[in-house]
Amino acid sequence: MPFKIAIASGKGGTGKTTFAVNLFRYLSQSMPGKVQLVDCDVEEPNDHIFFPEAQFEKLEKVYRLVPEIDQSKCTYCRKCVEYCEFNAIVVIPTVRFAEVNSSLCHSCGACIVACEDDAINEKPEEIGTIRRGFLPSGGRISGGTLKIGSSMQTMMIRELKKAVSGEAPITIFDAPPGTSCPVVAAIADADLIILVSEPTPFGMYDLKLSIDLLRELRKPFGVLINKSGLGTDELHNYLLNQGIELIGSIPFSRAYAGMYASGNLFNDIPEEVAFAFSEILHKLHDRILQHEGDHHSER
Amino acid sequence: MKTAITSTGNHLDSEFDLRFGRAGWFCILDEDTGKTSFIRNEQINASHGAGTRTVEKMMELGVGKVISGDFGPKAKELLEKFNIQMIILEDEQLTIKEIIKKIQN
Repeated sequence: MPFKIAIASGKGGTGKTTFAVNLFRYLSQSMPGKVQLVDCDVEEPNDHIFFPEAQFEKLEKVYRLVPEIDQSKCTYCRKCVEYCEFNAIVVIPTVRFAEVNSSLCHSCGACIVACEDDAINEKPEEIGTIRRGFLPSGGRISGGTLKIGSSMQTMMIRELKKAVSGEAPITIFDAPPGTSCPVVAAIADADLIILVSEPTPFGMYDLKLSIDLLRELRKPFGVLINKSGLGTDELHNYLLNQGIELIGSIPFSRAYAGMYASGNLFNDIPEEVAFAFSEILHKLHDRILQHEGDHHSER
Repeated sequence: MKTAITSTGNHLDSEFDLRFGRAGWFCILDEDTGKTSFIRNEQINASHGAGTRTVEKMMELGVGKVISGDFGPKAKELLEKFNIQMIILEDEQLTIKEIIKKIQN
Protein backbone atom coordinates (compact mmCIF):
# COMPACT_ATOMS: atom_id res chain seq x y z
CA MET A 1 0.00 0.00 0.00
CA PRO A 2 1.68 3.24 -1.06
CA PHE A 3 2.16 5.88 1.57
CA LYS A 4 2.53 9.53 0.72
CA ILE A 5 3.77 12.20 3.08
CA ALA A 6 3.65 15.88 2.14
CA ILE A 7 5.86 18.44 3.86
CA ALA A 8 4.19 21.85 3.77
CA SER A 9 3.99 25.20 5.54
CA GLY A 10 2.27 28.52 5.09
CA LYS A 11 5.40 30.54 5.72
CA GLY A 12 8.48 30.20 3.56
CA GLY A 13 11.80 29.44 5.23
CA THR A 14 10.44 27.37 8.10
CA GLY A 15 12.43 24.29 7.09
CA LYS A 16 10.28 22.27 4.71
CA THR A 17 13.18 21.36 2.50
CA THR A 18 15.51 20.71 5.41
CA PHE A 19 13.04 18.29 6.90
CA ALA A 20 11.99 16.71 3.59
CA VAL A 21 15.56 15.92 2.54
CA ASN A 22 16.42 14.56 5.99
CA LEU A 23 13.34 12.36 6.04
CA PHE A 24 14.13 11.15 2.55
CA ARG A 25 17.73 10.39 3.40
CA TYR A 26 16.76 8.52 6.56
CA LEU A 27 13.99 6.47 4.99
CA SER A 28 15.95 5.65 1.84
CA GLN A 29 18.63 4.15 4.09
CA SER A 30 16.25 2.31 6.40
CA MET A 31 14.02 1.09 3.54
CA PRO A 32 16.38 0.85 0.56
CA GLY A 33 14.76 1.14 -2.84
CA LYS A 34 11.34 1.91 -1.42
CA VAL A 35 11.39 5.69 -1.09
CA GLN A 36 11.22 8.67 -3.39
CA LEU A 37 11.40 12.41 -2.82
CA VAL A 38 9.36 14.62 -5.16
CA ASP A 39 10.17 18.33 -5.13
CA CYS A 40 6.81 20.00 -5.83
CA ASP A 41 8.14 23.53 -5.38
CA VAL A 42 8.28 23.94 -9.14
CA GLU A 43 9.01 27.66 -9.04
CA GLU A 44 12.18 27.19 -7.02
CA PRO A 45 13.10 23.53 -6.81
CA ASN A 46 16.24 22.94 -4.78
CA ASP A 47 16.01 19.55 -3.05
CA HIS A 48 18.42 18.07 -5.60
CA ILE A 49 21.15 20.51 -4.57
CA PHE A 50 21.52 18.66 -1.27
CA PHE A 51 22.31 15.39 -3.09
CA PRO A 52 25.38 16.02 -5.24
CA GLU A 53 25.89 12.25 -5.38
CA ALA A 54 22.56 11.77 -7.19
CA GLN A 55 22.59 10.81 -10.84
CA PHE A 56 20.01 12.49 -13.03
CA GLU A 57 18.43 11.37 -16.26
CA LYS A 58 17.80 13.62 -19.25
CA LEU A 59 15.23 16.34 -18.50
CA GLU A 60 11.71 15.54 -19.72
CA LYS A 61 9.69 18.36 -21.19
CA VAL A 62 6.12 19.00 -20.06
CA TYR A 63 3.66 20.55 -22.47
CA ARG A 64 0.26 22.12 -22.21
CA LEU A 65 -2.20 22.89 -25.00
CA VAL A 66 -2.79 26.50 -25.94
CA PRO A 67 -5.64 27.51 -28.26
CA GLU A 68 -4.91 29.16 -31.57
CA ILE A 69 -7.57 30.93 -33.61
CA ASP A 70 -7.87 30.01 -37.26
CA GLN A 71 -8.74 33.35 -38.81
CA SER A 72 -10.00 31.73 -41.99
CA LYS A 73 -12.83 30.14 -39.99
CA CYS A 74 -13.38 32.73 -37.24
CA THR A 75 -16.59 34.74 -37.56
CA TYR A 76 -15.52 37.21 -34.80
CA CYS A 77 -18.63 36.36 -32.77
CA ARG A 78 -16.67 36.90 -29.51
CA LYS A 79 -18.24 33.89 -27.83
CA CYS A 80 -14.78 32.61 -26.85
CA VAL A 81 -13.99 36.00 -25.29
CA GLU A 82 -17.11 35.73 -23.13
CA TYR A 83 -16.22 32.20 -22.05
CA CYS A 84 -12.62 33.02 -21.17
CA GLU A 85 -12.31 33.51 -17.42
CA PHE A 86 -8.76 34.79 -17.79
CA ASN A 87 -9.30 37.50 -20.43
CA ALA A 88 -6.75 35.74 -22.60
CA ILE A 89 -8.55 36.25 -25.92
CA VAL A 90 -8.84 39.50 -27.81
CA VAL A 91 -11.34 39.68 -30.67
CA ILE A 92 -11.99 42.96 -32.45
CA PRO A 93 -14.57 42.43 -35.19
CA THR A 94 -14.12 45.83 -36.86
CA VAL A 95 -10.53 45.09 -37.80
CA ARG A 96 -11.04 41.31 -38.11
CA PHE A 97 -8.59 40.62 -35.31
CA ALA A 98 -8.66 37.49 -33.14
CA GLU A 99 -5.74 36.34 -31.01
CA VAL A 100 -4.99 34.32 -27.88
CA ASN A 101 -2.51 35.73 -25.42
CA SER A 102 -0.79 32.57 -24.24
CA SER A 103 0.71 34.20 -21.15
CA LEU A 104 -2.82 34.80 -19.82
CA CYS A 105 -4.24 31.45 -21.00
CA HIS A 106 -4.69 28.70 -18.41
CA SER A 107 -5.42 25.93 -20.95
CA CYS A 108 -8.89 25.33 -19.53
CA GLY A 109 -10.42 24.54 -22.92
CA ALA A 110 -13.55 26.69 -22.44
CA CYS A 111 -12.97 28.62 -25.68
CA ILE A 112 -13.01 25.40 -27.69
CA VAL A 113 -16.39 24.55 -26.19
CA ALA A 114 -17.59 28.08 -26.92
CA CYS A 115 -16.55 28.18 -30.56
CA GLU A 116 -19.34 27.15 -32.92
CA ASP A 117 -17.24 27.67 -36.05
CA ASP A 118 -14.52 25.12 -35.32
CA ALA A 119 -12.02 27.95 -35.54
CA ILE A 120 -9.95 27.07 -32.49
CA ASN A 121 -7.15 24.54 -32.62
CA GLU A 122 -4.77 23.64 -29.82
CA LYS A 123 -1.02 23.57 -30.10
CA PRO A 124 1.47 22.30 -27.52
CA GLU A 125 3.56 24.77 -25.57
CA GLU A 126 6.30 23.83 -23.13
CA ILE A 127 5.60 24.77 -19.50
CA GLY A 128 8.61 23.22 -17.84
CA THR A 129 10.73 20.16 -17.28
CA ILE A 130 10.85 17.14 -15.00
CA ARG A 131 14.16 16.02 -13.52
CA ARG A 132 14.44 12.42 -12.35
CA GLY A 133 17.34 10.78 -10.66
CA PHE A 134 18.43 8.34 -8.02
CA LEU A 135 20.88 8.12 -5.17
CA PRO A 136 23.59 5.46 -4.93
CA SER A 137 21.66 4.20 -1.88
CA GLY A 138 18.67 3.52 -4.14
CA GLY A 139 16.30 6.36 -3.23
CA ARG A 140 14.67 8.12 -6.15
CA ILE A 141 14.58 11.90 -6.37
CA SER A 142 12.59 14.00 -8.81
CA GLY A 143 11.34 17.51 -9.24
CA GLY A 144 9.70 19.89 -11.65
CA THR A 145 10.97 23.22 -12.94
CA LEU A 146 8.36 25.61 -14.22
CA LYS A 147 9.31 27.98 -17.03
CA ILE A 148 9.86 31.48 -15.71
CA GLY A 149 6.71 33.58 -16.03
CA SER A 150 4.40 30.61 -16.58
CA SER A 151 1.19 30.57 -14.56
CA MET A 152 0.80 26.79 -14.89
CA GLN A 153 2.18 25.79 -11.46
CA THR A 154 -0.74 23.53 -10.66
CA MET A 155 -0.57 21.67 -13.94
CA MET A 156 3.21 21.31 -13.63
CA ILE A 157 2.83 19.74 -10.18
CA ARG A 158 0.10 17.38 -11.36
CA GLU A 159 2.14 16.30 -14.38
CA LEU A 160 5.18 15.73 -12.16
CA LYS A 161 3.13 13.58 -9.80
CA LYS A 162 1.69 11.61 -12.69
CA ALA A 163 5.16 11.02 -14.11
CA VAL A 164 6.61 9.62 -10.88
CA SER A 165 3.59 7.83 -9.45
CA GLY A 166 4.35 4.20 -8.73
CA GLU A 167 8.13 4.68 -8.76
CA ALA A 168 8.35 3.86 -5.06
CA PRO A 169 5.89 2.68 -2.41
CA ILE A 170 6.79 5.58 -0.11
CA THR A 171 6.66 9.10 -1.49
CA ILE A 172 7.68 12.36 0.17
CA PHE A 173 6.32 15.51 -1.43
CA ASP A 174 8.16 18.73 -0.66
CA ALA A 175 5.39 21.31 -1.15
CA PRO A 176 5.76 24.98 -2.11
CA PRO A 177 5.02 27.53 0.62
CA GLY A 178 1.65 29.26 0.90
CA THR A 179 -2.00 28.24 0.92
CA SER A 180 -3.04 28.57 -2.72
CA CYS A 181 -3.56 26.23 -5.67
CA PRO A 182 0.03 24.92 -6.04
CA VAL A 183 0.02 23.87 -2.38
CA VAL A 184 -3.31 22.12 -2.78
CA ALA A 185 -1.97 20.31 -5.85
CA ALA A 186 1.12 19.23 -3.90
CA ILE A 187 -0.75 17.84 -0.88
CA ALA A 188 -4.05 16.69 -2.42
CA ASP A 189 -3.23 12.97 -2.52
CA ALA A 190 -1.06 12.78 0.61
CA ASP A 191 -1.92 10.34 3.42
CA LEU A 192 -0.22 12.56 5.98
CA ILE A 193 0.78 16.20 5.86
CA ILE A 194 3.50 17.56 8.07
CA LEU A 195 3.27 21.31 8.56
CA VAL A 196 6.67 22.72 9.40
CA SER A 197 6.40 25.80 11.56
CA GLU A 198 8.60 28.02 13.67
CA PRO A 199 7.78 29.57 17.05
CA THR A 200 7.69 33.18 15.85
CA PRO A 201 4.67 35.47 15.40
CA PHE A 202 5.07 35.09 11.62
CA GLY A 203 5.30 31.33 11.85
CA MET A 204 2.20 31.21 14.06
CA TYR A 205 0.15 33.42 11.81
CA ASP A 206 0.95 31.46 8.66
CA LEU A 207 0.55 28.11 10.41
CA LYS A 208 -3.02 29.01 11.32
CA LEU A 209 -3.75 29.73 7.66
CA SER A 210 -2.33 26.34 6.69
CA ILE A 211 -4.36 24.61 9.39
CA ASP A 212 -7.53 26.29 8.10
CA LEU A 213 -6.68 25.02 4.63
CA LEU A 214 -6.05 21.44 5.76
CA ARG A 215 -9.19 21.34 7.88
CA GLU A 216 -11.20 22.52 4.90
CA LEU A 217 -9.60 19.81 2.78
CA ARG A 218 -10.16 17.29 5.59
CA LYS A 219 -6.59 16.05 5.40
CA PRO A 220 -4.78 14.32 8.27
CA PHE A 221 -1.90 16.46 9.48
CA GLY A 222 0.53 17.13 12.28
CA VAL A 223 2.87 19.99 13.09
CA LEU A 224 6.64 19.92 13.33
CA ILE A 225 8.15 22.81 15.24
CA ASN A 226 11.46 23.77 13.74
CA LYS A 227 13.95 26.22 15.27
CA SER A 228 12.32 25.58 18.64
CA GLY A 229 13.70 27.65 21.49
CA LEU A 230 13.36 30.81 19.41
CA GLY A 231 10.42 33.04 20.22
CA THR A 232 7.73 31.92 22.65
CA ASP A 233 5.74 28.92 23.87
CA GLU A 234 2.61 30.25 22.18
CA LEU A 235 2.88 27.74 19.36
CA HIS A 236 3.13 24.77 21.72
CA ASN A 237 0.12 25.96 23.71
CA TYR A 238 -1.86 26.58 20.57
CA LEU A 239 -1.33 23.03 19.30
CA LEU A 240 -2.28 21.67 22.69
CA ASN A 241 -5.49 23.71 22.87
CA GLN A 242 -6.46 22.82 19.35
CA GLY A 243 -5.75 19.13 19.84
CA ILE A 244 -3.28 19.12 16.95
CA GLU A 245 -0.64 16.42 16.85
CA LEU A 246 2.89 17.61 17.50
CA ILE A 247 5.14 15.51 15.28
CA GLY A 248 8.20 16.79 17.11
CA SER A 249 10.47 19.75 17.80
CA ILE A 250 13.85 20.47 16.32
CA PRO A 251 15.89 22.93 18.37
CA PHE A 252 17.28 26.06 16.79
CA SER A 253 20.98 25.74 16.24
CA ARG A 254 23.09 28.47 14.78
CA ALA A 255 25.69 25.92 13.76
CA TYR A 256 23.11 23.89 11.84
CA ALA A 257 21.76 27.01 10.11
CA GLY A 258 25.33 27.72 9.01
CA MET A 259 25.65 24.21 7.59
CA TYR A 260 22.41 24.63 5.65
CA ALA A 261 23.73 27.88 4.23
CA SER A 262 26.73 26.06 2.85
CA GLY A 263 24.56 23.35 1.29
CA ASN A 264 25.50 20.67 3.78
CA LEU A 265 22.71 19.15 5.82
CA PHE A 266 23.88 15.69 6.66
CA ASN A 267 27.37 15.64 8.05
CA ASP A 268 28.58 16.82 11.46
CA ILE A 269 25.04 17.69 12.57
CA PRO A 270 25.08 19.33 16.02
CA GLU A 271 24.19 16.72 18.62
CA GLU A 272 20.94 18.26 19.88
CA VAL A 273 19.65 18.62 16.30
CA ALA A 274 20.69 15.09 15.36
CA PHE A 275 18.96 13.72 18.44
CA ALA A 276 15.70 15.54 17.68
CA PHE A 277 15.80 14.45 14.06
CA SER A 278 16.45 10.81 14.86
CA GLU A 279 13.55 10.70 17.29
CA ILE A 280 11.13 12.20 14.78
CA LEU A 281 12.37 10.18 11.84
CA HIS A 282 12.18 7.00 13.86
CA LYS A 283 8.60 7.75 14.82
CA LEU A 284 7.61 8.41 11.23
CA HIS A 285 9.37 5.27 10.09
CA ASP A 286 7.32 3.23 12.54
CA ARG A 287 4.18 4.97 11.42
CA ILE A 288 4.81 4.04 7.80
CA LEU A 289 5.51 0.41 8.76
CA GLN A 290 2.31 0.39 10.75
CA HIS A 291 0.41 1.76 7.76
CA GLU A 292 1.83 -1.05 5.62
CA GLY A 293 1.03 -3.58 8.34
CA ASP A 294 -2.55 -2.39 8.64
CA HIS A 295 -2.99 -2.86 4.97
CA HIS A 296 -1.57 -6.38 5.04
CA SER A 297 -3.92 -7.41 7.82
CA GLU A 298 -6.84 -5.94 5.84
CA ARG A 299 -6.01 -8.36 3.10
CA MET B 1 -10.66 61.90 -33.80
CA LYS B 2 -11.60 60.45 -30.42
CA THR B 3 -9.22 60.60 -27.49
CA ALA B 4 -9.62 58.55 -24.30
CA ILE B 5 -8.36 59.95 -21.01
CA THR B 6 -8.22 57.64 -17.99
CA SER B 7 -10.18 59.17 -15.13
CA THR B 8 -10.87 58.39 -11.48
CA GLY B 9 -14.47 59.66 -11.74
CA ASN B 10 -17.24 60.45 -14.19
CA HIS B 11 -17.07 64.22 -14.53
CA LEU B 12 -14.72 66.86 -15.84
CA ASP B 13 -13.51 67.81 -12.35
CA SER B 14 -12.45 64.23 -11.61
CA GLU B 15 -8.76 63.58 -11.22
CA PHE B 16 -6.72 61.84 -13.83
CA ASP B 17 -6.22 58.07 -13.28
CA LEU B 18 -2.66 56.86 -13.80
CA ARG B 19 -3.80 53.32 -14.58
CA PHE B 20 -4.95 52.24 -18.02
CA GLY B 21 -6.57 48.79 -17.80
CA ARG B 22 -7.68 49.40 -14.23
CA ALA B 23 -8.74 53.01 -14.51
CA GLY B 24 -12.07 53.86 -12.91
CA TRP B 25 -13.54 55.62 -15.91
CA PHE B 26 -12.66 56.73 -19.42
CA CYS B 27 -13.36 60.23 -20.61
CA ILE B 28 -13.96 60.07 -24.36
CA LEU B 29 -13.23 63.38 -25.99
CA ASP B 30 -14.24 64.10 -29.54
CA GLU B 31 -11.47 66.48 -30.57
CA ASP B 32 -13.45 67.79 -33.55
CA THR B 33 -16.56 68.82 -31.65
CA GLY B 34 -15.07 69.17 -28.15
CA LYS B 35 -17.81 66.95 -26.73
CA THR B 36 -17.02 64.62 -23.86
CA SER B 37 -18.65 61.53 -22.44
CA PHE B 38 -17.71 59.20 -19.58
CA ILE B 39 -17.65 55.42 -19.72
CA ARG B 40 -17.23 53.19 -16.71
CA ASN B 41 -14.37 50.68 -16.98
CA GLU B 42 -15.85 47.20 -16.68
CA GLN B 43 -12.40 45.64 -16.35
CA ILE B 44 -11.41 47.50 -13.18
CA ASN B 45 -11.64 44.36 -11.04
CA ALA B 46 -10.70 41.78 -13.65
CA SER B 47 -8.28 39.26 -12.19
CA HIS B 48 -6.35 38.98 -15.44
CA GLY B 49 -6.00 40.73 -18.78
CA ALA B 50 -7.59 44.07 -17.90
CA GLY B 51 -5.21 45.88 -20.24
CA THR B 52 -5.91 43.84 -23.36
CA ARG B 53 -9.66 43.96 -22.81
CA THR B 54 -9.44 47.72 -22.41
CA VAL B 55 -7.68 47.98 -25.77
CA GLU B 56 -10.59 46.02 -27.22
CA LYS B 57 -12.93 48.62 -25.74
CA MET B 58 -10.89 51.47 -27.21
CA MET B 59 -11.14 49.87 -30.65
CA GLU B 60 -14.88 49.40 -30.22
CA LEU B 61 -15.24 53.08 -29.35
CA GLY B 62 -13.08 54.13 -32.29
CA VAL B 63 -10.45 55.81 -30.13
CA GLY B 64 -7.27 56.92 -31.89
CA LYS B 65 -5.34 58.32 -28.94
CA VAL B 66 -5.16 57.38 -25.26
CA ILE B 67 -3.83 59.44 -22.41
CA SER B 68 -2.89 57.57 -19.25
CA GLY B 69 -0.19 57.22 -16.60
CA ASP B 70 1.40 54.21 -18.25
CA PHE B 71 0.54 51.09 -20.25
CA GLY B 72 1.32 47.48 -19.42
CA PRO B 73 3.34 45.42 -21.90
CA LYS B 74 0.39 43.42 -23.26
CA ALA B 75 -1.78 46.51 -23.71
CA LYS B 76 1.12 48.42 -25.27
CA GLU B 77 1.70 45.69 -27.83
CA LEU B 78 -1.92 45.76 -28.96
CA LEU B 79 -2.18 49.55 -28.97
CA GLU B 80 0.89 49.68 -31.20
CA LYS B 81 -0.56 47.02 -33.47
CA PHE B 82 -3.72 49.06 -33.99
CA ASN B 83 -1.91 52.36 -34.32
CA ILE B 84 -3.53 53.92 -31.29
CA GLN B 85 -1.31 56.72 -30.07
CA MET B 86 -0.23 56.48 -26.43
CA ILE B 87 0.43 59.57 -24.39
CA ILE B 88 1.87 59.25 -20.92
CA LEU B 89 1.18 61.93 -18.30
CA GLU B 90 2.61 61.46 -14.85
CA ASP B 91 0.74 64.21 -13.03
CA GLU B 92 -2.10 62.60 -11.11
CA GLN B 93 -3.15 65.94 -9.59
CA LEU B 94 -4.53 67.14 -12.91
CA THR B 95 -8.27 67.09 -13.50
CA ILE B 96 -9.77 65.86 -16.75
CA LYS B 97 -10.80 69.43 -17.55
CA GLU B 98 -7.19 70.61 -17.23
CA ILE B 99 -5.93 67.82 -19.47
CA ILE B 100 -8.50 68.66 -22.13
CA LYS B 101 -7.43 72.30 -21.96
CA LYS B 102 -3.81 71.21 -22.53
CA ILE B 103 -4.79 69.18 -25.59
CA GLN B 104 -6.84 71.98 -27.10
CA ASN B 105 -4.08 74.54 -26.77
